[in-house]
Amino acid sequence: MAKEESIAVEGKIVEPLPNAMFKVELENGHQVLAHVSGKMRMHFIRILPGDKVTVELSPYDLTRGRITYRFK
Amino acid sequence: MGITIKTAPELEKMRAAGNLVGRLLVELSKRVKPGVSTKALDDFSRDFIESQGATPAFLGYHGYPASICASVNEQVVHGIPSVRPLAEGDIVGIDVGAVLNGFVGDAARTFAVGKVSEEAARLMAVTKESLNRGIAAATHNGHVQDIGAAVQAYAEAAGFSVVRDFVGHGIGRAMHEEPQIPNYGRRGLGPKLKAGMTLAIEPMVNAGVAAVDVLSDGWTVMTRDRRLSAHFEDTVIVTAGEPEIITRLD
Repeated sequence: MAKEESIAVEGKIVEPLPNAMFKVELENGHQVLAHVSGKMRMHFIRILPGDKVTVELSPYDLTRGRITYRFK
Repeated sequence: MGITIKTAPELEKMRAAGNLVGRLLVELSKRVKPGVSTKALDDFSRDFIESQGATPAFLGYHGYPASICASVNEQVVHGIPSVRPLAEGDIVGIDVGAVLNGFVGDAARTFAVGKVSEEAARLMAVTKESLNRGIAAATHNGHVQDIGAAVQAYAEAAGFSVVRDFVGHGIGRAMHEEPQIPNYGRRGLGPKLKAGMTLAIEPMVNAGVAAVDVLSDGWTVMTRDRRLSAHFEDTVIVTAGEPEIITRLD
C-alpha cells in the first residue's frame, strides 16, 4: 500500500489548544494547526509553548500537521 | 526514528511474509477475468491470508475497509474493492499486504483483464520495468533517491509520468516505516541505504499527467485527467550485492 507523501518541517509551539492540538509556527513564518502523533502520545512526551518540534504536513492541506518529534 | 536494519532472524520473518504475499499474487493472477468482481478477489485474498496464519495488513489500517486495494483503469492506488464486475479491456492494480509473525509483506501487480489496448499494455510493461530499474538501484551505500531517479528516468523516457503524492516506504514490523521512497528524485540524494534495510518500492505510473485526486471516499486515488495508471510493487532486502526481492514468485 502506498504511503501518502508527507513533508516534514521544523517549527515552534505557539500555544496548546484543547484536545491535544497545538498552534505551531513554522520556520517560514506560517502558522499551522497540529496534533500529536500517536507514538508521542503513547510515550507521554509533554509539549510546552516554545518547544522546537518537527511537524509533518499533508500535501493536501498545508495548514494542518502532525507533531512527530520534540527537540530536547 | 531512523531506518531500521533488520537482523538475520528478522529477515527470515520478512522473507516468510513476503513469500506469502507473492503466492497470493500468483493465485490472484489466475482469478482476474472479465466478470469477476474485485470484491470476490478481496474475499479470496482475506481467506488465503488467514488460511496461512497471517492477518491482512490493510484491513482496518487507518480505517481502510478491505484486505486488498483494487484500482481499475484511471484509479491509481487504494481503490476499494467493489461488486462491479471487471470488464474485458480493463486493467486492475491489485495491492496486497499481510502480517505474518509480526512482520509485513507488501506487493502489487497490475493485471490485464482479457485483451487490453496497446497503450494499456505498454503502460503496464513500462511500469513493471521501472520497478525493476528502481529495485536494481537499491544497493548498499546507495541513496534513497537513486531508486526514484531510476524509476523516473525510465518511465518519463517512455512518455509517461510518475505520481508524486504517494511514495514507497520502509517496511518491517510496521507497514509504513522510514524512509519515504518517492518515485522521482536525483541520484546521490536522500538517506543512505545499508544492507539489511527492507523497502517496499512501488512506482505508480500515469499515461497522462502526474496529478492525482483523492475521491470523497477518502481512499481511491484517480488520475486527474482520468487516463490510465499502473502500479507495481515489491518488498526487497538491501544486501551487499543485488537486492533480494522477497515478494516475487511470478
